[in-house]
Amino acid sequence: MAESHAHHAHEPQDAHGHGGDHGHGHPELPFWRKYIFSIDHKVIGVQYAVSALVFLFFGFCLMALMRYQLAYPSTPLNFLNGIFGERRWQSGFMTPDFYNELGAMHGTIMVFLAIVPVLVGGFGNFVLPLQIGAPDMAFPKLNMMSYWVYVPGGLIMLASFFTQQGAAASGWTAYAPLSVIAKNGETLWLLGMVFLITSSLLGSINFIVTVAHMRARGLSMFRLPFFVWAQLVTSFLLLLAFPPLEAAAVLQLMDRVAGTSFFLPSGLVVSGSALQVAGGGNPLLWQHLFWFLAHPEVYVLILPALGIVSEVIANNIRKPLWGYRTLVYSTIFLGFMSFVVWAHHMFMTGMGTTMSTFFQATTMIISIPSVIILTCLLLSLWGARIRYTVPMLFALAFLPMFGIGGLTGLPLGLTTSDIHLHDTYYVIGHFHYVVAPGTIFAVFAGIYYWFPKVTGRKLNDFLGKLHFWPSLIFINMVFMPMFFQGMAGVSRRLYDQTQYHSGSGVHTLTQISSWGAWLLGLAQLPFIYNFFASIFVGQKVSDNPWNATTLEWAAPSPPPHGNFAAEPVVHRGPYEYSVPGAAQDFSPQHIA
Amino acid sequence: MNDLRERVFIITPAAIWETEVDVHYGWWLPPNIGGDNAQGVDRLIYVVHFFMAVLFVGWGALFAYCLVRFRDRTGISAAYEEIKAKPSKYAEIGVIVFEVFLLVALSMPIWASVKTKIPTGSDVVTVRCVAEQFAWNFHYAGKDGEFGTTKATLVGTENPLGIDRSDPKAKDDIAVINTLHIPINKPVVIRGTSKDVIHSFFIPVLRAKSDLIPGMTVPIWFEAKKTGTFDIQCAQLCGNNHFKMKGQLFVDSSENFSKWLDEQAASAGGEEEEEE
Repeated sequence: MAESHAHHAHEPQDAHGHGGDHGHGHPELPFWRKYIFSIDHKVIGVQYAVSALVFLFFGFCLMALMRYQLAYPSTPLNFLNGIFGERRWQSGFMTPDFYNELGAMHGTIMVFLAIVPVLVGGFGNFVLPLQIGAPDMAFPKLNMMSYWVYVPGGLIMLASFFTQQGAAASGWTAYAPLSVIAKNGETLWLLGMVFLITSSLLGSINFIVTVAHMRARGLSMFRLPFFVWAQLVTSFLLLLAFPPLEAAAVLQLMDRVAGTSFFLPSGLVVSGSALQVAGGGNPLLWQHLFWFLAHPEVYVLILPALGIVSEVIANNIRKPLWGYRTLVYSTIFLGFMSFVVWAHHMFMTGMGTTMSTFFQATTMIISIPSVIILTCLLLSLWGARIRYTVPMLFALAFLPMFGIGGLTGLPLGLTTSDIHLHDTYYVIGHFHYVVAPGTIFAVFAGIYYWFPKVTGRKLNDFLGKLHFWPSLIFINMVFMPMFFQGMAGVSRRLYDQTQYHSGSGVHTLTQISSWGAWLLGLAQLPFIYNFFASIFVGQKVSDNPWNATTLEWAAPSPPPHGNFAAEPVVHRGPYEYSVPGAAQDFSPQHIA
Repeated sequence: MNDLRERVFIITPAAIWETEVDVHYGWWLPPNIGGDNAQGVDRLIYVVHFFMAVLFVGWGALFAYCLVRFRDRTGISAAYEEIKAKPSKYAEIGVIVFEVFLLVALSMPIWASVKTKIPTGSDVVTVRCVAEQFAWNFHYAGKDGEFGTTKATLVGTENPLGIDRSDPKAKDDIAVINTLHIPINKPVVIRGTSKDVIHSFFIPVLRAKSDLIPGMTVPIWFEAKKTGTFDIQCAQLCGNNHFKMKGQLFVDSSENFSKWLDEQAASAGGEEEEEE
């Protein structure tokens, strides 16, 4: 520890003194260039992370409202009449239209405005250049553009709530023809999506070039931290999967505004009258284009989370990760396979045996690398000296939660069991276990882990534990009942489940779920307080408070513009902990 | 029951148990009144969940053991050398083998039966189902066993299916909304489509589900082994009243089914005379 500091002790002052060394900007940048339209990857990373966390909270609030309607469909809340207005709330009850708006926007916001931006735009931007010893991203201006294309995308989505006809209400999947004949909110949704997709594409190109060209001397591909590998594979997924969705979104936009019929067959009769359209299109075309993106997208939501968790676990077990190369190869294989499983979302569309055989086989195959990755992380614990720090608690909790999410994918991936479970709450439980107690816990692990690098201060440990334990309990209270609801046959996206026998039979479970969600919201209060308070009064810590080995900890906290005073040179792999004969239990990558 | 549910703002264990024993549809799979395919669906669900439980418990036990045994203690240092983990390789191969078994032995045969072995013959009851926002229209061929032609231009509130009554085959056709009558122990084929958006025809007790997509017709077939009244649910978001798109399935004895058909035929004939 002392050694690593001696090496870099002079950095902060010097780097501030002549940022011009790196050919970056000028030290006297005005406020708006430094913090608003910044081209510094760290500022952009923080912008992304903070915006995404705000959207995450907003998306959660939408769901908390829906959970009331689900749990108490016949108990009015009259005080909300005035707040939400006639169209959304009538005589104490949410309208079905508003329920569908909340549902569609919850999904869209969580996936495209919260999770992807925080993982890739936030953690990727801030951590990746530091971990490869680069002064910035390869294309700083493209990076800035990526964020400033994301912002209008988000604002359009938010604004759609306030239009006369409300926001999009056809689910985050926007299946045609429903989405094509839907109200104007859907048009805004499509426009917003075009912005968000463009933003992700700009980011992905930047990450690929940065990893390819800007690694520090000595940092060969197999010395990269696993987080960088995860981001690299993710970027390829974004780059290859998003263009089809962008094209599809434009086609659907044309169907809505220009009278085309890409997704509309002939002879549609809506509300008793024939629809005046050209026809000849196919609703399933939309689903193929959508899921061709959206299945790789699932791995976009998972891989960076696995990257974060691997970093945190490696640091807190004080030994090398088990099977680093296996992890990398499995991740690359996952990336490839994620492009050939998409139609398992469409087993119920009248698919015959040939196609379903292919897609259920690929779906079984893709479960193998996931099992291998989890096994690597589990075996890493053997012989470890586990430090139960707050980031480690979240990272460890990720493993069984992601395990449940992965396992419950099996009955959905097999066509025969999917017959009963498809489009029920079982599906909701399954993918939320992957993304909520899975990915979001990884996000929290990452925040607690890298907060000292961003601010130079540590988040409070007690508040962190007060955040972790209730969150773990309540998030399971939200999602575990959904598997049973799904088994019982409760369909998804129902405004009032009690209309059906399957729903009224498990209504208690619905209420448990709702209470879990509201309590989960309360459990975030310690975190929100901790986050803002620690920026100002958190305990000041050294540049490498976790005694970590990777390059981001070689930079000062917070890292100045240009990151490193001198380009670091890498001498070893990323996780050299407890090396026999070493003076301390960690051997940083940059110290000879 | 209902007032109990209204009251449980605070959930008590007692409320949980009462709910479970009192209702027809419980917390697990609903009653299964279907034929071999429906039993096959349940069989796979049980086997795959058993497999998942074994993996999760085995994996979780090792995880919990590691968390306790390898906690940070003074005087103990972490092992730098990788452990050799043969058992994990065997476990992974085991997972692969079992997944192949699930796929080939339990999933593919049932799916092939559901999708390709559509029953034909004189005892098969064929019903057209045309979904719309937010109702299920069922179309029976009537005595002649042949469906009359339908036209989108004829669709209206009086004639939601757009049946062309001038077609001789359509004379005896029966059209009903939201009620599906089928006879017990006979193969039933539903030829499903939709006139507006995508719906999904789901009968939990028969383990039968398929999307109904405008522009295509999809066959769904099943057999019911018990009489009674059951829910038909919509499983695909189809608009603001998706939650109200409820149909009723009546599984009748053979005699009751014939009686129902006759009643319907009589009233359909009556309607036709009025029209003329």
